[in-house]
Amino acid sequence: MFKRAETKDISGCAVVGIMNEKGKTIRGDVITSAIAVMHERSNGLGGGFAAYGIYPEFKDYYAFHIMFEDEGVKDSVETFLQDSMVVVKSEAIPIRKKMSLANTPILWRYFLEVPKSKIPAGFSEEDFIVSVVMRINTRFNGAFIFSSGKNMGIFKGLGYPEDVSRFFRLEEYEAYLWTAHGRFPTNTPGWWGGAHPFGLLDWAVVHNGEISSYGINKRYLEMFGYECTLMTDTEVIVYMLDLLLRKHNLPQDIALTALAPPFWKEIDEMDKNKKEAMTALRMVYGSALLNGPFSIIISSTSSMIGMTDRIMLRPLVVARKQDTVYMSSEESAIREVCQDPDEVWSPQGGEPVYARLEERA
Amino acid sequence: MRMMPPEFMVKISDSCIKCKRCINECSFGALRFENDRVVADHDKCAACHRCTAFCPAHAITVEKFPAIFKDNYLWSQDVLKSLWKQSESGAKILTGAGNDKPYPVFWDKMLLDACQVTNPSIDPLREPMELRTYLGKKPDKLEFWQDKKGDIKLTTVMEPQIKLETPIIFAGMSYGAVSLNVQLILAGAARELGTIMNTGEGGLPQELSEYKDHIVVQCASGRFGINLSYLNSCAAIEIKIGQGAKPGIGGHLPGEKVTEEISRTRRIPSGTDAISPAPHHDIYSIEDLRQLIYALKEATRYKKPVGVKIAAVHNVAAIASGVVRAGADMITIDGFRGGTGAAPQVIRDHVGIPIELALARVDEQLRREGIRHMASIIASGGIRQSADVLKAIALGADAVAIGTAALVSMGCHLCQKCHTGLCAWGIATQKPELIKRLNVEEGIKRLVNMIKAWNLEIKEILGALGVNSIESLRGSRERLRGVDMDEVYLDVLGIKPAGR
Repeated sequence: MFKRAETKDISGCAVVGIMNEKGKTIRGDVITSAIAVMHERSNGLGGGFAAYGIYPEFKDYYAFHIMFEDEGVKDSVETFLQDSMVVVKSEAIPIRKKMSLANTPILWRYFLEVPKSKIPAGFSEEDFIVSVVMRINTRFNGAFIFSSGKNMGIFKGLGYPEDVSRFFRLEEYEAYLWTAHGRFPTNTPGWWGGAHPFGLLDWAVVHNGEISSYGINKRYLEMFGYECTLMTDTEVIVYMLDLLLRKHNLPQDIALTALAPPFWKEIDEMDKNKKEAMTALRMVYGSALLNGPFSIIISSTSSMIGMTDRIMLRPLVVARKQDTVYMSSEESAIREVCQDPDEVWSPQGGEPVYARLEERA
Repeated sequence: MRMMPPEFMVKISDSCIKCKRCINECSFGALRFENDRVVADHDKCAACHRCTAFCPAHAITVEKFPAIFKDNYLWSQDVLKSLWKQSESGAKILTGAGNDKPYPVFWDKMLLDACQVTNPSIDPLREPMELRTYLGKKPDKLEFWQDKKGDIKLTTVMEPQIKLETPIIFAGMSYGAVSLNVQLILAGAARELGTIMNTGEGGLPQELSEYKDHIVVQCASGRFGINLSYLNSCAAIEIKIGQGAKPGIGGHLPGEKVTEEISRTRRIPSGTDAISPAPHHDIYSIEDLRQLIYALKEATRYKKPVGVKIAAVHNVAAIASGVVRAGADMITIDGFRGGTGAAPQVIRDHVGIPIELALARVDEQLRREGIRHMASIIASGGIRQSADVLKAIALGADAVAIGTAALVSMGCHLCQKCHTGLCAWGIATQKPELIKRLNVEEGIKRLVNMIKAWNLEIKEILGALGVNSIESLRGSRERLRGVDMDEVYLDVLGIKPAGR
């Protein structure tokens, strides 16, 4: 069950995302119907969901979703968590007991508070959380944190996405932002942690594609202390966003542009300021360029962003109906849950499309 | 006492039309006209193939002299010949061009990847394929300022960079080692291709001044021709510490080669020996190197990147790290197969390590220390073809420098007689009658063609790899696999074996 991939993970996929920009919640069965339409894009070896706004009563605590191989490793991880943070609540993640999915691990969630005294000097609270996640995921054999943000959670496993949704009883959750992923791996590690979305803090990424520049993206991240252990593109994308947005503090537009920057011939035609900025961006962040086919949906507490590679080698369709934004690999999935959208379009290659949570007064 | 049979045998067939062109062309004096026919002095033949290329009747063939010795793996003919030469002369044996011994060529033990099904390959004829490369120090991150309208301005101050339209540059070859025409061809081609050439340590001939934006000037241990205007007439400056063909030793251009023109360019009296000491006598340690780097930056008001060239030696990764920390904006690693105008054979053939291994270690070391962005890595020494360029970039090079390959495009036949100054192709010579054999216009055209062909091949492979920009291959060792290598070498190169 916890045998991780030793070679590069290769897979094709379906992705879908739904967000209400006013923060109105949507039930989990909606996104499940959408992703189920694209059944043919998955092969039953991985499905998953990310949901935002699902733990309002614990919204100030980090919600860790962890999978364990056995009670032994669960005990040692819990000891470690108690040493480094305050465990406010600990419970099994509710599942539909009558269903059985292959290789089901122990699925547990923890709501955690970080006392200031536990944070080492020079670390922000988020740095600290990232270091705890990295430590557990790399040092505790048989444990894997698959979700670590506040008021959000990731649910994933081995199976078609609609089965994974039923297994986790997602129809009982209400979220203002959902993303979903159906996986078609061509090599089969058969590991729950290898399913998507992949998350870190409140970032979650669902991704369809294979990044041909994986090797250098990974080596670049390693320079900044990230350990890419899952051999998946999604992991690399999440860490890259974490590096660019959180550690390097780049404006969101710029960070996304670094992943799919304009071509030199376009840059050469830009006005002085923009040309200077883009030239420097490509010089400095060349190793962050995600080259090769991808469409991704990046979600966080405040936004949902859809983007494809710069020559759009994988599909992405976006639609809007009033305050709700839909993004999907195929338009059919959107039409399934929103028959009459106000607009439907395909973004340009490399052009990010945003849905943003309105500030609540 | 004569001990050695000649190395080559020149055969002149009956189809000779007695035009004597070959006699004129042979700069080594191996051919003469006697008794109404062309006669060869086999001993003098260098196998440069000037005569065979120019014989209108194709009447000349050069063969290996068929001297069969008793088989002996240990005491090869090469070894015997060297011993006899030394017994005659009492001198160390000099040679030219690069190491020709059968050491493993790791380029030929690495294979590139390609896309199939799960990710698409890209057609370079239909999609943009980018080779642009910037050399120089990069910040580890950028800062931007966003105004109220949302317009973005870069606030990080960038260090000076050299913009290249191909990741291939020309290696340092000095005026003196090569002819002025060679440097004019390199400079002309560099300008046309959007890349750079390197003057080597022989100063900057006046004729090159119009190409200054495409020239790297060298500051080597002899400090030839260096003054403020030299340092400012360039795109970048390179401090030459060592050279792959002769790590740890200096150079010696004998007085007879120091012509009027060379004396002007090197700023030394004509007819005197031009001696490059083995070390820089003001650099006996890494902190001394830092002083020179910053002295050069001061002299150029921090407007020129300053690079450092070192030979690939055993401890190259640690040395490179020191060089980068000393402030170098670029570091050139020159492997043990790099060419030379003249070097003692024992050094050329037995000192240094292969560029493939050195490059892999340097890139890895700089990454481990988190300082990879602080300097660009240029790999050189035995880069023969576009495939080598791609493999070097995948191992982690920002760019590669080529010397021998560029000379081959101009006519070099690798006869390894550069040190004699008799180059029949007008390349490694200062004799006016030989230099004029190398036509500058034609040379530029040929060299530009060769690099354009390499660029096309590089784009073809990038497309097959499914990436449309060279930086997505740079350092991506995941796209390389090794064959016929043991685990230790795979580990040093940081690549997986084929099949895994």
